[in-house]
Amino acid sequence: MFDWFAQLGKNTIEFYARLGKEILLFIQTLLAFGPVLMRPGLITQQLYSIGVRSMLIIIVSGFFVGMVLGLQGYNTLVDFGAEESLGVVVALSLVRELGPVVTALLYAGRAGSALTAEIGLMKATEQLSGLEMMAVNPVERILAPRLFAGIISMPLLAAMFSAVGIFGGYLVGVDLLGVDEGSYWSQMQAKVDYDKDIVNGVIKSFVFGIVTTWIAVYEGYKCIPTSEGVSRATTRTVVYSALVVLGLDFLLTALML
Amino acid sequence: MPEIDNNLVRIRDLHFSRGHSKIFNGIDIDIPKGKITAIMGPSGTGKTTLLKLIGGQLKPQRGTVFFHGEDIPSMKTKKLYEVRKKMGMLFQSGALLTDMSVFDNIAFPMREHTELPEVMIRDMVLMKLQAVGLRGARDLNPSQLSGGMARRVALARAIALDPEMILYDEPFTGQDPISMGALVELIRSMNDALELTSVIVSHDIHETLAIADKIYIISQGKVVGHGSPQEMNQSDSPWINQFVHGEADGPVPFHYPACSYKDDILQGV
Repeated sequence: MFDWFAQLGKNTIEFYARLGKEILLFIQTLLAFGPVLMRPGLITQQLYSIGVRSMLIIIVSGFFVGMVLGLQGYNTLVDFGAEESLGVVVALSLVRELGPVVTALLYAGRAGSALTAEIGLMKATEQLSGLEMMAVNPVERILAPRLFAGIISMPLLAAMFSAVGIFGGYLVGVDLLGVDEGSYWSQMQAKVDYDKDIVNGVIKSFVFGIVTTWIAVYEGYKCIPTSEGVSRATTRTVVYSALVVLGLDFLLTALML
Repeated sequence: MPEIDNNLVRIRDLHFSRGHSKIFNGIDIDIPKGKITAIMGPSGTGKTTLLKLIGGQLKPQRGTVFFHGEDIPSMKTKKLYEVRKKMGMLFQSGALLTDMSVFDNIAFPMREHTELPEVMIRDMVLMKLQAVGLRGARDLNPSQLSGGMARRVALARAIALDPEMILYDEPFTGQDPISMGALVELIRSMNDALELTSVIVSHDIHETLAIADKIYIISQGKVVGHGSPQEMNQSDSPWINQFVHGEADGPVPFHYPACSYKDDILQGV
């Protein structure tokens, strides 16, 4: 009985010790933004590999999601004779929900997994140790620029996803199914509110940017430095990111409605 | 604590364990300035761990590691990074940054820590590369280098900031005889020419005995012997004998601890 209690106590203490270390590392990384901003070259390099190189998958996916929304939305709306509202349906679904969420999920799969694998392999090949011994702090040199670039990239990618999606919805709704072009755009303009809809979407994608990029760099930094360890860390990045993004999405939506 | 005699590093009563396994159980080591000190011992005795303890990458549970009279484990991060600029480390894998060319790898510590103009950095990088014989390989990527070349590039990078001490982690492992000879020669000549202090962690007896001034043999968490290469060769300690002469069995057992062989076999019947 006492053993059981002792074990419970030990596990609890270990859990909080680990949590404390994780939070401390996060704070250290945020504090390292200062010195990193003095060296914009490090950030642009990461913006390219995290952001620019994720654009293709984001744009193609956004286009198809928008087309599907156009199709599904039209089929439902036409029953009520409200197909002119298609623009609003497509835009609101994208800007408020699908843009931030699907972008975050795709980002975790494309850039997040790559970040974890990159940092994990740097650890496995002693590059991180090497940096430390060259008196270069890996938190400042490796983690901070990647986190910063991720936080900037995500809202931009989500905006791109939504914009391309709206165009996809337009192609299907207006060009293919014959919804009036004027109503598609004007209703969208009238009903999509800047503060309520667009800003909320941007806040969401900003939060998702922090969370998914942090999970990715943290998992890479803390992984067991073997091929199996890196592979597990990469899997964890994608799984945790997906779960946290979907959970947080509900929370943020509830808070912001 | 004041700096004592001519030891650059003084390790006292060092205890370190990982989980339940004790790696060091109270070891004392002195690393004299300007000399090559070799730390030897069978695989898995924590030789690399010892280098990480000297470099402050790991913290011991007990004991002190003095570098220039200052205790490394109790240093704050900022101070530790300052001290590390006086150390160079050659990793077993080379630990070259794979997204940079050979030239940029060697320029890296200079660009990070100095404000030198690019022209001067170029000259210094070429000098370091010339010292290791790889000036012609400056534009190659680390993936295009052979193991021996990668280690020489890493060596050039380790001396980039003109450190006082270089820590070598298994420099001879997996080298062909030619690169091995080149490395042995380089380590010795650089130590003397640049007035460095070198610490070599290795289990390659012949090469290490050939260049070391002082040798420590570690086994099962303790220092089992130390002295000059001659003293090691002539020692009558069974530990040292087994290691120096490469005997499969002795105080360091050939078998990993297990229950009796007979019992184990009969259990399956």
